[in-house]
Amino acid sequence: MVHAFKFAYHDKAYHFVWDNESGSLHNVDYVAFLYAKKRYGQALDEKESKDFFAINQADLQELEKEFDELETMGILNTPCTSFAKKKRIGEIKALCLHICNDCNLRCKYCFADEGTYHTQERAYMSEEVGKKAIDFLIAHSGKRNNLEVDFFGGEPLMNLDVVKAIVEYARSREKESGKSFNFTMTTNCVLLNDKNIEWLNKEMYNVVLSIDGRHDVHSAVRKAVNGKDCYDLIANNAIKFAKARGDKSYYVRGTFTAKNLDFADDVLTLNDMGFDQISIEPVVTDIEDLKITKEHLPAILKEYERLAENYIDRRKTDKWFNFFHFMIDLEGGPCIIKRLTGCGSGCEYLAITPTGGIYPCHQFAENKDYYMGNVFDGDLDLSISDKFADNIVTNKPDCKDCMAKYYCSGGCVANNLNFAGSMGKPYDISCEMMRKRLELSLAINAIEGAED
Amino acid sequence: MKHINSIVTNSMKKQGNIGCGECQSSCQSACKTSCTVGNQSCKNRDEKINATRKPLI
Repeated sequence: MVHAFKFAYHDKAYHFVWDNESGSLHNVDYVAFLYAKKRYGQALDEKESKDFFAINQADLQELEKEFDELETMGILNTPCTSFAKKKRIGEIKALCLHICNDCNLRCKYCFADEGTYHTQERAYMSEEVGKKAIDFLIAHSGKRNNLEVDFFGGEPLMNLDVVKAIVEYARSREKESGKSFNFTMTTNCVLLNDKNIEWLNKEMYNVVLSIDGRHDVHSAVRKAVNGKDCYDLIANNAIKFAKARGDKSYYVRGTFTAKNLDFADDVLTLNDMGFDQISIEPVVTDIEDLKITKEHLPAILKEYERLAENYIDRRKTDKWFNFFHFMIDLEGGPCIIKRLTGCGSGCEYLAITPTGGIYPCHQFAENKDYYMGNVFDGDLDLSISDKFADNIVTNKPDCKDCMAKYYCSGGCVANNLNFAGSMGKPYDISCEMMRKRLELSLAINAIEGAED
Repeated sequence: MKHINSIVTNSMKKQGNIGCGECQSSCQSACKTSCTVGNQSCKNRDEKINATRKPLI
């Protein structure tokens, strides 16, 4: 499908036409933008409609010829040639280890219910379970060389000795198994100290540091167990970590809610604090005063635009930074199989609970309806995998004509299930944000490419 | 062309042995709630790409 869109950067309007099947991006003038909208069935607003009918006949003929030519070249209105197929099941490459179902923070929006995953039990993974999980991963990884293990919680630093033992064990098995492990961790930074930082920098391929941006925004929803404000501790630890990280991967990762729809200021605050790898995610919750609703979308989409303008500006200065959702690799992105199959949850990506329970992903952890087995049994209930194997973007009718379908693969399965009622039905609020972020990523890529 | 400048073409077309599965699982990369895969890179980036790029005008 073809999608025409515009982006204003410091009052200069840029117009683009995007062909999602071939992945071709065309910068067009205003009349071509209007013509593309008309030709490919996009609605024109009142002014655009008026302007379109003012295009003279000679220009219209020229536009028709140029668009015909691009179609003949196979870089516009390209037919869909990506076919639906089932995901490969029984071959696993990534585990999310719930190393600690406990947390030293009390965040209002936590999907994991303060780390307990609604079990009312604060459980810690043992060395034995962790090592069994590594054995399980190696045994089920087939031909995959690169294996990933994410230490997740709750707060994984509350069980760091076990994390260290698991890493040491996995490393000891790399050579004989022919596998290479990449370890990652998501931490709230409370327990980061010099010793931990040194170890994490040595062993973790990527570390995600949770902090929401501005002090008042963060502290309104994230507090210590005793209810105290702990922003300064977290911010200082995160800054110390990022400085010591060198050129290894990390992200500061925040959440925005209905209370901070001006979240671009949180991104820019994090950048002002010295961070250059930043992600801010929309909250996923049904808590009344925090949840994102359709009514919030116009403000959110506008805010992404404001962020994009500031992003381009800052990247020309010593405040250069990456925003996770504006990153796009048009010359070396993922292959079509990856784009069709997405995150791989339930098939190649699984979560392991502290007692060794196996679930399709961290969002399904401790949900008995999705229990797939235990690492001590070694067996896997592939009938659960099978439910996820059909979850391919080309199998989702709502995604058929979406400009972003090869960039989100049909959305987060858990969010779809929880908020749209079905794994195969995309959550429309996420979709709106995804499309806007893709438009902006493409525009940023084009504008920065021109300035290089 | 007078009205159109094709900046990037065929970024979706990959040659070779696609689907090797050696790239990072998207959910492990940063967010744990996002469905974004398109911002990732191919693990065998240099071998497979067939895109072309021209500057914006």
